[in-house]
Amino acid sequence: MSDARLAAQFVDLRQQHDVARLGMWVFLATEVLFFGGLILAYCVYRTAYPEGFAEAARHTKIAIGTANTAILLTSSFLVAWAVTIIRLGESRFAALLLWAAALIGLAFLGLKGLEYSLEYREHLLPGFGFDYAGSQVRTVHLFFAFYLVSTALHAVHVAVGIVILAAIGWRAYQRRYSDNYHSPATVAALYWHFVDLVWIFLFALIYLPGRSG
Amino acid sequence: MTKSRRPPRIIVLSWLGLLALLAVTVTAAYVPLGTANTVVAMVIAAAKATIVATIFMELRERHPLTIPFAGAGFFWLAIMLWLALADYVTRPNFPPAG
Repeated sequence: MSDARLAAQFVDLRQQHDVARLGMWVFLATEVLFFGGLILAYCVYRTAYPEGFAEAARHTKIAIGTANTAILLTSSFLVAWAVTIIRLGESRFAALLLWAAALIGLAFLGLKGLEYSLEYREHLLPGFGFDYAGSQVRTVHLFFAFYLVSTALHAVHVAVGIVILAAIGWRAYQRRYSDNYHSPATVAALYWHFVDLVWIFLFALIYLPGRSG
Repeated sequence: MTKSRRPPRIIVLSWLGLLALLAVTVTAAYVPLGTANTVVAMVIAAAKATIVATIFMELRERHPLTIPFAGAGFFWLAIMLWLALADYVTRPNFPPAG
């Protein structure tokens, strides 16, 4: 008797689940280095121009950044909750949690868009009419280039995550997952938590410097 | 709420802990500590990341092989940051001759 959910190369669902989880961690390792390169560039320039970076960081919208951090942390909490109860057979309720997490993710993107529009009006976005009066203009430009590239790449990851959460939520709603088969939900959750993890560091690097100066 | 729908206590505590750390890190950013401001911000970020990785990403459950797979990315990241910054940070100490 064959199980349609079990791919031919695996002995059982348990083994398939372990491989899926390890595969996602391998992908996340490549993502660590992908964002790591950006963060390295940030560290190099911040050590070279500490005053300019502090001045530039004071222009970021810390209220929006803080709200967005709380939003992503809450969304991760909902996903972690959903994954636990999917294994207990509460698929329908887990679907609601996953959709709530996806909606909160949309709120993150909405606030991010608002933030970009405010910065656009203040001429802070490189490539979109950047204009800054002050001696640190070149460093401020550098900082906001990092800001724009890193947050935009992160936002793409959030957008992908929202689609995945919505789809996984739909499958959970159809009761496709159970205690012995829930790999897609677990793996999608790992990705979503990783997106949260990247944001934790971006938040500390972008919004916090220079506030006490 | 039926028992099976309830979130595990550790997940709720982690979430509240993460929000508390967020409040602490934002408050601490406004306290003039000099270069220690950066250290505090990065230590708190690392603490938040550890909570997310161990509790939400279930590294605490210690499935065989997951730790080395999860650690590999951060291990190579550490090498990249360490070697590259060892160069850039110490350059002012060794100005080119002449």
